[in-house]
Amino acid sequence: MSLLDVNGLGVRYADKDVVSGLSFGVGSGESVGLVGESGSGKTQTALAIMGLLPGKAAISGSIDFAGTEIVGASERQLNTLRAERIGMVFQDPMQALNPYVPIGKQLRRVLLRHGISDGREVDQRVMHMLDRVGLPDPARQFRAYAHQLSGGMRQRVMIASALLAQPDLLIADEPTTALDVTVQAQILELLERIREETALLLITHDLGIIAGHCERLVVIEAGRLVEEGPTRKLFSEPRASHTRKLIDAAPRLDGDSPPAPESAELVLEADNVSVSYAERNERLQLHAVMDLDLQLQAGETVAVVGESGSGKSSFVRAVLGLVPMRAGRVTFCGQEVAGPLQARSIETRRDLQLVFQDPAGSLNPQLRIERIIAEPLTVHAPELDAKARSERVADALQRVGLDEDLLGRFPHQLSGGQAQRVAIARALIVNPRVLVCDEAVAALDGSVRQQVLNLLHREQQATGLAIVFISHDLAVVRSISHRVMVLYLGRLVELADGAGIFRHPRHPYTRALLDAVPVPDPLAPGGRLSISGEVPSIIDPPSGCAFHPRCRYAEQRCRVELPLVRPVGEARVACHRAEELEL
Amino acid sequence: MSAVARIWARMRTSKTVVASGGILFAIALVSIIGPWISPNEYLTTNFDNILRAPTASAGHVFGTDDLGRDLFVRTMMGVQVTFVVAIVASVVSLLIGVLYGATAGFIGGRVDAVMMRLVDTLYATPFIFFVILLLVVFERNLLLMFVAIGAINWLDMARIVRGQTLSLREREFVQAAQLIGVSTPRIIFRHIAPNLVGIVIVYVTLTIPQAILIESFLSFLGLGVQEPQTSLGKLVNDGTKQMEGASWMLLIPGVLLAAILLCFNFVGDGMRDLFDSRRSQ
Ligand SMILES: Nc1ncnc2c1ncn2[C@@H]1O[C@H](COP(=O)(O)OP(=O)(O)OP(=O)(O)O)[C@@H](O)[C@H]1O
Ligand code: SF4
Ligand SMILES: [Mg+2]
Repeated sequence: MSLLDVNGLGVRYADKDVVSGLSFGVGSGESVGLVGESGSGKTQTALAIMGLLPGKAAISGSIDFAGTEIVGASERQLNTLRAERIGMVFQDPMQALNPYVPIGKQLRRVLLRHGISDGREVDQRVMHMLDRVGLPDPARQFRAYAHQLSGGMRQRVMIASALLAQPDLLIADEPTTALDVTVQAQILELLERIREETALLLITHDLGIIAGHCERLVVIEAGRLVEEGPTRKLFSEPRASHTRKLIDAAPRLDGDSPPAPESAELVLEADNVSVSYAERNERLQLHAVMDLDLQLQAGETVAVVGESGSGKSSFVRAVLGLVPMRAGRVTFCGQEVAGPLQARSIETRRDLQLVFQDPAGSLNPQLRIERIIAEPLTVHAPELDAKARSERVADALQRVGLDEDLLGRFPHQLSGGQAQRVAIARALIVNPRVLVCDEAVAALDGSVRQQVLNLLHREQQATGLAIVFISHDLAVVRSISHRVMVLYLGRLVELADGAGIFRHPRHPYTRALLDAVPVPDPLAPGGRLSISGEVPSIIDPPSGCAFHPRCRYAEQRCRVELPLVRPVGEARVACHRAEELEL
Repeated sequence: MSAVARIWARMRTSKTVVASGGILFAIALVSIIGPWISPNEYLTTNFDNILRAPTASAGHVFGTDDLGRDLFVRTMMGVQVTFVVAIVASVVSLLIGVLYGATAGFIGGRVDAVMMRLVDTLYATPFIFFVILLLVVFERNLLLMFVAIGAINWLDMARIVRGQTLSLREREFVQAAQLIGVSTPRIIFRHIAPNLVGIVIVYVTLTIPQAILIESFLSFLGLGVQEPQTSLGKLVNDGTKQMEGASWMLLIPGVLLAAILLCFNFVGDGMRDLFDSRRSQ
């Protein structure tokens, strides 16, 4: 007898079925992964189980939870169920937390609802729970507000809140999608630890996460069941082609890196770039980037990798002239380009293009796609007549693999993947020499992400485009990067060629980033924790090697002396112990 | 312009907005056509026929006032003046406010700081007394009143537009345009302005009732439009003097004024909801 039994579930909005005929079960104490691409109906299924679907949704079929029927249950029954037996963790914890009430008080309410009213006991249990989910200094966080916590810490609070009610089932909907890989690994490890107490339904589009953390898998596509079975079996011999496709699309760490480009023409060079922001109220300088170099050849891809706040965006934006540099020099094709964007020649501006992380935000919501893609031509090729212009637009569209009937639409009528391709088409239409992609695929699902990466690779093969690719996830950049720079708190910690860094990392931080990557292989799932805690504040960075509070190899010298970047083997590394460590 | 067309389509989805808009349109239409087809003139006095209660048979549907003038025609004139004041004052505040706010927001930095401090200072000035003083000292005229009302309302508009521009300037599509090399005026016209249209329209519909209220208030104090011209506020003022014997003189313009204010508020609120719901989607 399973704990949760979903039978022939259907969810319908007006004339659109978002879930149909879906059946699966979760046994008590079991962990089940619900996998599908975005828009496949995962969240709708979760909401149906919680009884949280909006009134206009028509629900059919049955959801049996430990003998209680959820479909058609009264609001009162559902409230009891949600308060006592089913917990839920969302993708965006900020939306689930009340910004005006201290964390501790919010958690206290969970216990009060459970009839525990002794104030001292309540506080103690909350504190204990905060400690268990790994929140540093629980006594202080007890009084903190949601906005004072990092994303990872907020997600821990959400898990704590769900666990305080001692539920039989915990539903986690994309709980780590908004987090750095390192923090993701910590949250997944936490979910693993609490498995003794509750069954888990983990919803995600990332098979890497599932591989190491779920016993059974339910794969859905367009609201229908594709395949269900034990995780290992599904990975080793998937029956459905869709499952195969999802497995193939998940980023992996093994496999080859692309061979170095043939030409050695240096297109873009940055020397000793530093970026500081003024903290207005505290009269402090925040050193976001310190002394970074970059050499980029035609046809080459350089990846810039690091956790959130490591200065990746600040660095490339300074090189592009979008934020002012405190110090440094940028040379493009042998000519020094003057600092801010407005001072640069129109040709340099044409040759350096940027693709943003949020595809929707980088397209003007009031303009049609055709005008968005054509806009660079109005600046860089004003001589074109209407016909020539629309030919160029059609050509750019074809290069990114989009259909011409999108041209008349507005940005909100596109999917994330389509919008990102439009942004790429806009950048490519003027045939730039350098394309900077700032987390350009982070918001995209597995297979769409792979398509965009392939598209960039093709473009590079065809035109010798040089690419700077920013990501917080090493697995994403593996298949396309010739060289990788790893940043930590605004400084370079390791620079090496793609093949080298994945096989033989030389800096403990690089090793930690690699370990944190969840690999879609149930036998060697990765996602291990060789790093704890989160990135310290950049306003007051640690002394010596900034990584030392999180480094398991740190010694006395690391605490006082800043390691300089120096050649170690084929790589350039900033670690005192780079030569001796076997990572 | 596509932005305007889409705002129009959106407005039509709300029942409140459509209904209130319809009522306003009807009132405006009657106020234009009514005096035209009515046999009476708004100036003609008739001392045989003073303070007559509304009757259809005698040709005075709203009755007559203490000078025997037809109140229907006068009330419709009042409605016209009220609408004109509202629209002109809103256009004045819109022009000044949008230009001022967008400039401050887009240039930013020092210029922004100085410009907004000026707005703060003006905020702290008791404008209404200033206007009353002006109207008492100088000869009263409509133009002065439009300018005075617009000058009070543009401050809010400038603040709202500046805030919106500041946040638009940080949006990635503006940065994308800067990177491409699009010139600043073009960025303002093609990327910033169309994204301001929604909020500006909503805000204008909300300032119209304010302008009407200020006008009525001034007219009520006897500082607004001059005899023989009239406005709803002035009619209400006249009505209060005859409250006991001729209650229609107060009731009819009073109810109309309230109805117009309510309808404008409904339209404004309805549109704000429409735009807010888009933001939260
Ligand atoms: N405009 C700004 N004003 C002040 N501080 C800023 C500004 N932009 C970035 N910072 C700070 O500079 C540091 C580096 O930020 P940056 O955005 O470059 O990091 P990142 O590596 O791109 O992070 P993410 O992965 O989150 O995009 C952070 O501490 C950030 O808070
Ligand atoms: S210098 Fe020391 S603390 Fe820093 S990474 Fe190397 S071993 Fe770790
Ligand atoms: Mg960034």
